[in-house]
Amino acid sequence: MDPVLLARIQFGLTAAFHFLYPPVTIGLAWLIVYIGWRYLRTADPEYETMMAFWIKLFAMLFAVGVATGITMEFQFGTNWSTYSRFVGDIFGSPLAAEGVFAFFLESTFLGVLIFGRRRVSRGFYWFSTLMVAIGSTLSAFWIIVANSWQQTPTAYRIVGEGAFRRAELTNFLAAVFNPSTLPRYTHTVVASILTGAFFMAGIGAWYLLKGRHREFARRSLHIGLAAAAAASLLILVTGHLHSEQVGLTQPAKMAAFEGLFRTEQGAGLVIWGFPDAANQTVRLRIAVPRLLSFLLYFDPNATVAGLDQFPREDWPPVELSFYPYHLMVLLGGWFILISWLGLLLGKRRFTNRTFLWAVLLSLPLPWLSLELGWMAAELGRQPWAVYGLLRTRDAVSVVVPAEQVLATIILFVLIYSALLALLIFLLVREIARGPASPAHVPAKEVAR
Amino acid sequence: MSHALLQNIWFLLIGVLLTGYAILDGFDLGAGVLLPWVARNDRERRMVFHAIGPFWDGNEVWLLTGGGALFAAFPHVYATVFSGFYLALMLVLFALIFRAVSFEFRSRVESPRWRAFWDGALCVGSLVPALLLGVAVGNVMRGVPLTADMEYAGSFFTLLNPFSLLVGITGLAMFVTHGAVYLMNKTNGAVAERARKWALRGWFALLILTLLTGAAARWDAPARFQGKPALIWVLPALVLLFMAATRVFLAQHHPGKAFLTSSLTIGGLMALFGAACYPYLLPARNVVDIAGYQGLSIFNASASQLTLLTMLIIALIGVPIMLAYTAYIYRIFRGKVVLEEEGY
Ligand code: HDD
Ligand code: HEM
Ligand code: HEM
Repeated sequence: MDPVLLARIQFGLTAAFHFLYPPVTIGLAWLIVYIGWRYLRTADPEYETMMAFWIKLFAMLFAVGVATGITMEFQFGTNWSTYSRFVGDIFGSPLAAEGVFAFFLESTFLGVLIFGRRRVSRGFYWFSTLMVAIGSTLSAFWIIVANSWQQTPTAYRIVGEGAFRRAELTNFLAAVFNPSTLPRYTHTVVASILTGAFFMAGIGAWYLLKGRHREFARRSLHIGLAAAAAASLLILVTGHLHSEQVGLTQPAKMAAFEGLFRTEQGAGLVIWGFPDAANQTVRLRIAVPRLLSFLLYFDPNATVAGLDQFPREDWPPVELSFYPYHLMVLLGGWFILISWLGLLLGKRRFTNRTFLWAVLLSLPLPWLSLELGWMAAELGRQPWAVYGLLRTRDAVSVVVPAEQVLATIILFVLIYSALLALLIFLLVREIARGPASPAHVPAKEVAR
Repeated sequence: MSHALLQNIWFLLIGVLLTGYAILDGFDLGAGVLLPWVARNDRERRMVFHAIGPFWDGNEVWLLTGGGALFAAFPHVYATVFSGFYLALMLVLFALIFRAVSFEFRSRVESPRWRAFWDGALCVGSLVPALLLGVAVGNVMRGVPLTADMEYAGSFFTLLNPFSLLVGITGLAMFVTHGAVYLMNKTNGAVAERARKWALRGWFALLILTLLTGAAARWDAPARFQGKPALIWVLPALVLLFMAATRVFLAQHHPGKAFLTSSLTIGGLMALFGAACYPYLLPARNVVDIAGYQGLSIFNASASQLTLLTMLIIALIGVPIMLAYTAYIYRIFRGKVVLEEEGY
């Protein structure tokens, strides 16, 4: 088997698995900070119950996020050693910064959340939720810096020959804030909040449908929906800025997203269609005329580069970029619809069963969009590992035998699927048990 | 700052990170390995889980940060080691994965079989890294076959040589002793009693194995002794001194002090390892010329001057803050474990 393909499958799979957990924990962390703050202000025990419940679920999700993250940290070296040599001068620093600034923060203060409720004051307990939220949001920042640099490399010079060829850093801040960092980071963080929000709202809706834990469920649904309503609009805004950046810095990717085979003046935005790269056409295409030109360049008559501008060997896989991208945007529309509907329904949102069912069934959809988004971003970057500088097929480890990669892929799939299944089993159990008031032992006001 | 100075600083800093890892994660790895032997029933096992629960993830981050720092400061070493030691590293990863979830999963279901499974996961998940990290150290000491393109030229089985396995077992003894001393500090009753027995056994094994490893190194890794200043002999002397002190403190029932000297023993052994290898991070066992060196050294495998400087600034800002809150959290959880309703 082709070792490059295997390495790609392995990296894509393990990254996709890892990415199931961080977004929801980032989102939940901020919602828990909010709930904890309400508790500090009102001393309402219902909020304390909510905190205890959501922290319990949070801790389980976090644990699997950690377990799958460890793999990622070393996988650049194991499977992509040539790439690691090439990018190490630039790419390593964000990874190290992530450890120093983010992982220590989240893991240390998570210990307080799980074990420390009776050892610290309420104020410090809340402060710990804040530190965990900041830590997890920062870790997203540094890893996205690294990824964004490989999407849109800046502030480097190429030195060396053969095995010693590499990109050397010329300006740290310029490399950190390369053109795609901020669009990608804001987009991903907002998507994470949306994921946490739908998780909370969905579970709230389920209790309401079952008629259990009413007060807890109403508040969870309410907080989740409000956060989702804000996040779903912001995701449209950040997504739009992101598209502009892709159009500007990775035009071949944008052409693949839109199935634009020929360069066009006044290009339309594709709403629906089935791209066919072999025949260079999009079948059953429905498009809004001139909208793509307008969105990208603020000018309905602007010219948008099509794939014909690029050598065939530099084309991304068109279908595999087109579908994930369009599905993600479609789902984005659904999230706006459902969360704003919830707000418009007023008090009826707690009783309207159709609506509650819709919220419950939407619970997994943000995950779907997250994965689709990364597929669009990463497959659309192909055939480059580092855009324009290093091809994926040249990036792989030269010494690792294909059979070993295949064997570890199989193991990863088995272990990760088992972990996911167990996690879902435990989450469902915990949710079915429902929130319990932690009030049987009063939290001490000060450390012992 | 000159490039050479920065390269030296980063050699030191990577050493500090790995030593921090060995000392801190060392105690929870050791405690994890000992779980089935020091804790016989569910209550006792929960006590062990509680003793390391709040800390293990923060401790493991020392390894992750060490990995990231190695990537940033010496990208060629990161690339060569992790692709070259592929299967061994994957084994460590799988072990760490099981270990990481065992903490959260174990307590969630009451069934004894479920709990026994996760107890086993913690034990094996701790044993594999505790053993293989030493095997890796042994291989670095001996040197590994490398090509002029800096690629690893051996196979998985090249790594399993007698010397490296010896170092692996020595490392295991070191972690087990350290973990046992830690448990003496954090638990009481039967668990603490058994931990004490294991600390004494582990101590004895570590002493013998360290002496053996020293002798074997002379024979199998002679290059590590060449051209070193006589001063280097201070380090083994210090290590033996710390070990002796640990034994005395164990005899006198001073677990706190014993933990300190056990940590210093680990630090001394790591310093010895670093001093022996300097300026190499991965020496070659075969004859090869990589930009003027017999292997990957801090001079031919490092990142650029600007990157090393940037990273130093990041470390100078981040590490003191991190040390401050880590120390504070350890203070919050000081004292023996009290089994409460919350936690695991
Ligand atoms: C910091 C870097 C980084 C980050 C944050 C991510 N990736 Fe990535 N990804 C890579 C760095 C990378 C890479 C190492 O550079 C790969 C391997 C080969 C390649 O071209 O890019 C890659 C490939 C890759 C592929 C295979 C593409 C192909 O080879 O055709 C997929 C499906 C993903 N990734 C998915 C993800 C997901 C779901 C992520 C969310 C967590 C993610 N990536 C984050
Ligand atoms: C492919 C690149 C990635 C690497 C190398 C990586 C590495 C890691 C590692 C080593 C951990 C465990 C830390 C610990 O022990 O506490 C972890 C957890 C985490 N990662 Fe990743 N990660 C990657 C992708 C991402 C992305 C894209 C995000 C966010 C957008 C992210 C956010 C997080 C968060 C928030 C955690 C904490 C655990 C959790 O919340 O579930 N990571 N990651
Ligand atoms: C509402 C309309 C949306 C638009 C216009 C949009 C736009 C984009 C664009 C252009 C990219 C590709 C960036 C690249 O290739 O470099 C992207 C990636 C991504 N999207 Fe969206 N998106 C939308 C909705 C969503 C939703 C609802 C989610 C998840 C809940 C989401 C999550 C992601 C993720 C995780 C990525 C990959 C990381 C990144 O490159 O930012 N997006 N999005």
